[in-house]
Amino acid sequence: MKPYFFDTYAVATSEFGYSMGIDAKEGLEKAREGIAAKLGAESGEIVFTSGATESSNTALKGVASALKEKKGKHIIVSKIEDFPVLNTAKALTKQGFEVTFLEVDAEGLADLGKLEKTITEETILVSIQHGNQEIGTVQDLKAISEICEEKDVLLHTDATHSFTRLPLDVKKLPVDLVTLSAHTIHGPRGIGALYIRKDTPINKFMDGGFQEFNRRAGVENIPGAVGFAKAAELVTPEETRHLEAMRDRVIDRALSDIPKVTLNGSLEKRLPQNANLTFHYVEGESITLHMDMRGFAVSTGSACFSRSLEASHVIMGIGGDHERAHGSVRFSFGRYNRMEDADAAIDAISEVVARLREISPLMEK
Amino acid sequence: MKFPYSEKVLEHFRNPRNVGKIENPDGKGLEGSPACGDMVAVYIKVEPETKIIEDVKFESYGCASNIATGSVITELAKGKTLEEAKKITWKQASEELGGLPPIKAHCSVLAVEGLRAAIRDYEEKHGLVTEKEPTTEEVVRRRLKHVMNPLTGLDIIRTDLILKTTVEDGVVRVVVDLPSDHQFASSIKEDIVEKLGALWDVKRVEVVFTA
Repeated sequence: MKPYFFDTYAVATSEFGYSMGIDAKEGLEKAREGIAAKLGAESGEIVFTSGATESSNTALKGVASALKEKKGKHIIVSKIEDFPVLNTAKALTKQGFEVTFLEVDAEGLADLGKLEKTITEETILVSIQHGNQEIGTVQDLKAISEICEEKDVLLHTDATHSFTRLPLDVKKLPVDLVTLSAHTIHGPRGIGALYIRKDTPINKFMDGGFQEFNRRAGVENIPGAVGFAKAAELVTPEETRHLEAMRDRVIDRALSDIPKVTLNGSLEKRLPQNANLTFHYVEGESITLHMDMRGFAVSTGSACFSRSLEASHVIMGIGGDHERAHGSVRFSFGRYNRMEDADAAIDAISEVVARLREISPLMEK
Repeated sequence: MKFPYSEKVLEHFRNPRNVGKIENPDGKGLEGSPACGDMVAVYIKVEPETKIIEDVKFESYGCASNIATGSVITELAKGKTLEEAKKITWKQASEELGGLPPIKAHCSVLAVEGLRAAIRDYEEKHGLVTEKEPTTEEVVRRRLKHVMNPLTGLDIIRTDLILKTTVEDGVVRVVVDLPSDHQFASSIKEDIVEKLGALWDVKRVEVVFTA
């Protein structure tokens, strides 16, 4: 990234521009090829954005605007999508679009029977994420994409949490739009991408210049794009296996060492880096603060922790209640964690949960 | 390390005072519910002649502000008469703690209400309450002073969020000056329903948003 801040710092120019701009453009295009290769895409199908939020906004609003006159105004999203998709869909309902928030089962898997039945002649887009941000559930994208292909409906998937960790090849799966972000793979913040399959009907939603194949206006974040491609390149299958091993250790030990614990999500269909458990009778923000004091950064679906004071829509979406969301804790693993960290995290949380249960009126003592 | 709370809050959170149950308490208050989020239980022992709170303990199923407020109000209440303890406000507790973030006000109000509920329980058991007060608009507004506006950390009456309240045949209707898709709309609605739904003669609570 660094040379594109300090040496080749020019804005990318057209091919007839000055040489530093051409060099910058080359760096950008190389980064684009790197991201495309990870997805089995053509580099012309990758548009760099400021991150997952912009990518998903572009996908949903862009398709909605392109197809509302030609095809219809019906969109289907799963009810446990992350906020970029969920709140974009909600915003579209105010513009006259009809949105179906598709049910998921107790593990968070989208109801494919309902999906098939819900698609109508008017349906322009289905948006179902690859891996869930909170409970890590991995959707059956193959089956979903087959349904969409058969019904001739565009499919968008938010792969923010699965990119490079799980296989996703757009040559093999008929997915039309894919949201990506660098921040989940140790890349820089403020850079992401949207894969747009060739010939997908989509309008720009920000007006401005003609950058990114006239799909995304604005001066390109070249250091970001270069950093994103590098981050994607650095992810290895061995590393991903290591994350899975730590995840499984945390899940196994939490369920066996600590009483009254529920696993949120699926045991098998799960993101490699994600463990999410509810510690009943205690509240998540208290847990995260105690964990923070012990040097562990974990997060929770408790209403007390959220910016809107609402309990996690994901835990509620899989049929959980406030109580289950209240005591839910998400552990995410990264490259720099070791198995000792996973064990230390469980040791710490056992102690924290026991302490908080001591003062909980719900715990029988 | 940087934490979102004052040193005093963190200290009470790490080492909460007066935690636990009192066997055969003279008064017991339970506020909140697991279904809505935080919950707090307060137990008191009262000296029958002087009406002084001899002992007070609390339990919390809540976040850091809730635990710290429970800890500090039990410290404030111990040794006070029931009349004095009733007057302990959320503001006092918050000041004692060196301030709380506005968004956390509603979690800590619960602890203060737990103490008041324990005192009310004592008064009811000892015939100190004459009759149940019927719910009027005045009562509704008084209750709504315990619902916090997470934007400011002040109550929703004082911050003019309530446009109108009506009470008719046990149905309370509250008009809130916020759009229904506001960041805090669901949270405020839940809080209002919880506070007013607990009144003895209220059958239903309707919360209406302006847009």
